[in-house]
Amino acid sequence: MEWEVVIGLETHTQLKTKTKIFSGASTAYGAEPNTQACEVSIALPGVLPVLNKEAVQCAIKFGLAIDAEIAPRSVFARKNYFYPDLPKGYQISQFELPVVGKGKVTIQVPAVGKSEAYEKVINITRAHLEEDAGKSVHDLKSDSAVEGMSGIDLNRAGTPLLEIVTEPDMRSAAEAVAYAKKLHELVQWIGICDGNMQEGSFRCDVNVSVRPKGTIELGTRREIKNLNSFKFMQQAIAYETQWQIDTLEDGGKIQQATVLFNPDTGETRTMRSKEEANDYRYFPDPDLLPLEITEADKAAVRAEMSELPEAMKARFESEYALSAYDASTLTSSKEVADYFERVIHGGGDAKLAANWVMGGISAKLNAEDKSIVDSPINAIALAQLIKRIVDGTISNNAAKQVFEAMWLGESDVDAIIDAKGLKQVSDTGAIEAMIDEVLSANQAMIEEFKAGKEKAFNALVGQIMKASKGKANPAQVNIILKEKLSK
Amino acid sequence: MINQSLKNLSQLLASKTVSSVEMTQTFLDRIRQYNPDINAYITVDEDKSLAQAKAADASIAAGTATALTGIPLAQKDIFCANGWKTTCGSKMLANFIAPYDAHVITQFNNVGAVNLGKTNMDEFAMGSSNETSYFGGVKNPWDLTRVPGGSSGGSAAAVAARLCAAATGTDTGGSIRQPASLCGFTGLKPTYGLVSRYGMIAFASSLDQAGPMAKSAEDCALMMNVMAGFDARDSTSLNHPKEDYTAQLNQPLAGLKVGLPKEYFAEGLDGDVAKVIEAAIAEYKKLGAEFVDISLPNANLSIPVYYVLAPAEASSNLSRYDGVRYGHRAAEYDDLMEMYMKSRAEGFGEEVKRRILIGTYVLSAGYYDAYYLKAQKIRHLIAEDFKAAFKQCDIIMGPTVPSTAFKTGEKTGDPIAMYLQDIYTIATNLAGLPGMSVPAGFSHDLPVGLQIIGNYFDEARMLNVAHAYQQVTDWHTAMPKGIA
Repeated sequence: MEWEVVIGLETHTQLKTKTKIFSGASTAYGAEPNTQACEVSIALPGVLPVLNKEAVQCAIKFGLAIDAEIAPRSVFARKNYFYPDLPKGYQISQFELPVVGKGKVTIQVPAVGKSEAYEKVINITRAHLEEDAGKSVHDLKSDSAVEGMSGIDLNRAGTPLLEIVTEPDMRSAAEAVAYAKKLHELVQWIGICDGNMQEGSFRCDVNVSVRPKGTIELGTRREIKNLNSFKFMQQAIAYETQWQIDTLEDGGKIQQATVLFNPDTGETRTMRSKEEANDYRYFPDPDLLPLEITEADKAAVRAEMSELPEAMKARFESEYALSAYDASTLTSSKEVADYFERVIHGGGDAKLAANWVMGGISAKLNAEDKSIVDSPINAIALAQLIKRIVDGTISNNAAKQVFEAMWLGESDVDAIIDAKGLKQVSDTGAIEAMIDEVLSANQAMIEEFKAGKEKAFNALVGQIMKASKGKANPAQVNIILKEKLSK
Repeated sequence: MINQSLKNLSQLLASKTVSSVEMTQTFLDRIRQYNPDINAYITVDEDKSLAQAKAADASIAAGTATALTGIPLAQKDIFCANGWKTTCGSKMLANFIAPYDAHVITQFNNVGAVNLGKTNMDEFAMGSSNETSYFGGVKNPWDLTRVPGGSSGGSAAAVAARLCAAATGTDTGGSIRQPASLCGFTGLKPTYGLVSRYGMIAFASSLDQAGPMAKSAEDCALMMNVMAGFDARDSTSLNHPKEDYTAQLNQPLAGLKVGLPKEYFAEGLDGDVAKVIEAAIAEYKKLGAEFVDISLPNANLSIPVYYVLAPAEASSNLSRYDGVRYGHRAAEYDDLMEMYMKSRAEGFGEEVKRRILIGTYVLSAGYYDAYYLKAQKIRHLIAEDFKAAFKQCDIIMGPTVPSTAFKTGEKTGDPIAMYLQDIYTIATNLAGLPGMSVPAGFSHDLPVGLQIIGNYFDEARMLNVAHAYQQVTDWHTAMPKGIA
């Protein structure tokens, strides 16, 4: 039987606010344990939550970015359960009435093997605001008094999260990863999340089920918790999908469960079954008023937002005559898009700018695991290099040498060209002289060309370029050579 | 001195007839003398109180004193006070020293009032007799074999026995007004949201409200001037303009329209209590008030609605007492679950456990709609009843409690009988309206309270109505025998 996998994602994005969602404590990462835990964070008797407006603005930004319904009135609810790093014994979240409703994210699924790249729209069910829990730290080592014990660090308790939930719209691990990457780019693009997956700023729970291909009814799902890298997500979904198919083909049944992925073994294992799940006893938090968002609130946030990736992609296609693929690649992050546009504003040709950003720059950055903001070649310098290609000062090959020098820290394009003697010879007289010299020494090739062998032409060009030590302007060489041979 | 109004005490301080240190010492001496019998205070810290009194005297000498500077007040042990043991009447918090001040405490500190100590209360404010306190019951100063009411029983006994100049309380279903009625003094539960709940240990967040407990309406007005006001740290705090609650005290009552809900005079009301209320009504008629009969048709549902909503909120509010970060933790346990279970089983008393169980049940999957949601709907209907009633009248009056103070132990075996103590007070909490209890006479030598209910933010008018009555009666000046 042929199987189909059905995937939905729940993503916890940590919002980039200065303070916690319901108190004034700092959200900075990496502080000494419990130094960013105020009376609200540790849930002393009598403390009360006050909603951070910055977190609400982040939610509105996201809603606008995915063209979603933003609820004029949403409600905070208490999710009740006991855990040592959950200080109140409940998490303030949103349940029945979330701040962001239905929206859409368009993903680009890359080509794999024989299947071509394609676009797909993933429907967002909802996104809601909630607070993070603290952290349990097991097997303490540093301090002899607490060695081997578990510690509670409440620095993270109360950090704002936006939980973004999709419809079960994805049909492969590749689609799920493409969605996660797209969302990861988007939340950074609109500036609501730093996207740091190692620090847990962007965590995905993946719901996976399988069904016989062609059927409509969803299979029983298992939820893979807390995936914090795209590679693990790919592996976890692949393993889980195969495990479910094997289980069903062996006559077994899938039980609803929460599972964890072990990167060391590449396997998923059950953490708790549905029977062990909590009854969270959600009810509206009486300490907080319903969150009301007006049209004016939305307009104010919209006015502060820069161009969204989808709009920028469309503009790149029309304004710079780029292909859909190039436009999509260049808008994969705000930093890349900004860099690309600065190259153009610096006078660089659009097509060449696109090629250099996606080619040379991207390859170097990947090799050195750098981000474009750390590129040793700034956009203006790259524009200068492109100008020298366009105006014929240097050849493409020479440009590569200049680029290497620039990458290593030299900055003045013209100085590099001079120092390396890379200037093209575009003086017609000098080129003609070189061509005549080569032609007189290669009579046989001329005959071949005249007999219809096109290859001979390229061989002659090669000889001429060699004679010029690569400095002759190839376009001019082509034109003059053609003239001379046609005589 | 101990029977003087806050205004007179303030004048004694201003004229330097008495210093705040002397006044504070007088009350501390009385606490030493009477508290062992009455058990009104859980925590007294003479050094702390006297240090505040000394600072107040300096402020008086410097000419920066205001109405309550140097006045010794009792604080219900539900308010966190920095450096003070704050127990909420529970074993769970018997070792908890608050590291911060509740908004109410800050307000009193800011005007230089003296904190005499933390008063006894039903555990987590759950009770109507103060018998659920981990620190033992409180005796009613009018009859030491009887309860003072609850949950603010310690503050009530402290005011009645003149162990403080005035006190604070909180009222979730009647916890200021019922003890005010049983102990014969004036208590006000303000409009929900008028006094910040920040630092006030939560029982049922949507119902809890702090208010003054004092000898007279005038004293309550002075207390309200300090307690009321917007606080950004409480999202349910109302941004209502600051008022002077003494400003309207002396307005004449001629033309005041008073509604009498027929449901508050029906079966269940003690005959002698009814007579006291009727006499009070007659007095108000002499003052020019007009009376109309009104109806609150859903009032009879107040208690069932309350005992769904309040426990639901409480079951969640009390989840933070898990033995992890502060409060009681069981001495021995094998794993996390056992630590939770033993700590909570040992730390909470019977009534608190009963309400956590009820609240957990009504919020559970499959029961939520039938209990919690339905109760919320009826709560809305009860508020609508009052809205309609206030189209017919300015003020509503009736008994505060169906009877007078009962014997210690009389109702502890019958929770439902205990819950009926609040039958006339709970509806105002559900509607968020302000309510008062004013001494109106005695039945068999035990105090009877008249309840005054006003529209939202009508505290000044209610205090005026109570004050006018207290100008022509002296029930509020009566003191329990044996307390002199």
